[in-house]
Amino acid sequence: MLLIYCPYCEIERAETEFHCGGEAHIARPSDPEKATDDDWVEFLYMRSNTKGIAAERWRHIHGCGRFFNAVRDTVSDKFLTFYKAGDPRPDLEALAREAGK
Amino acid sequence: MSDLLAGDLITPDAGAAPLLGLASVSILKAAPLTRLSLRARAPSLKTAGLAFGSSLPTRPLTSTTADRRAALWMGPDEWTLLAPVEDLRAVFDGIEGKLAGEPHALVDVSDRSEAIIVSGEKASWLLNTGIFVDFSLESFPVGTVTRTLFHKTPVMVWRIGPDTFVVEAWGSFMDYVSGLLVQCAQELQAA
Ligand SMILES: [Zn+2]
Repeated sequence: MLLIYCPYCEIERAETEFHCGGEAHIARPSDPEKATDDDWVEFLYMRSNTKGIAAERWRHIHGCGRFFNAVRDTVSDKFLTFYKAGDPRPDLEALAREAGK
Repeated sequence: MSDLLAGDLITPDAGAAPLLGLASVSILKAAPLTRLSLRARAPSLKTAGLAFGSSLPTRPLTSTTADRRAALWMGPDEWTLLAPVEDLRAVFDGIEGKLAGEPHALVDVSDRSEAIIVSGEKASWLLNTGIFVDFSLESFPVGTVTRTLFHKTPVMVWRIGPDTFVVEAWGSFMDYVSGLLVQCAQELQAA
């Protein structure tokens, strides 16, 4: 079982308390009136489906209920860092280097 | 139960038979409570705490208690407020009156959940049959409160004494929670 750190509860908990919310840092078109169909397709459906180091949204659904972000190696399932929703995306390449990838 | 946290608030339901009564661990149904769910932002917390009668904890997974009041941290902007049944109207109106004009949500969820009191030297052992949380006193000291999973159902666990826990679950899930706990306790009798 994976252990996941919730940056709001400030504690590690079992994976069963969490729900993965897919790729992080996907911004909704800032002016929906001006967004084209292609913009909406990009926002709604297109994901990078990374093999390797990726930033994801997670929700502590059976804990504090909050969404936060995590960087995970999708090959090994190893988590590299956790940060609150709204915090900037960390440098994924630097994290990968630190992790020896 | 006077040496426990919130001993004037969390009391066994006098009309209910004990669910479990071993020497090493017992399970008692708790008497009904006023339960309020409060969502509010940092600038409102002091006012809300004064109106409620107990300050709202801001440290994750902690609780504060005062005379017949308890405030439990549920999330960074969410608290569960406990008070005696008969204080519902006064507490609710008191907080609403002081928070008028400030963004917040106060909801009466008294009847949503039921509570049991799990107590005894084997209490944390028994909870660990269905909860993946370290209940050692170092990492889960008295006063700690958390939502988590018990087997397949969401529960709230609040430690009110070294060997005493309040376990809350939604009403329709409580038979599942208490039933599984009683079944798991059979292992203690067999040993
Ligand atoms: Zn959390």
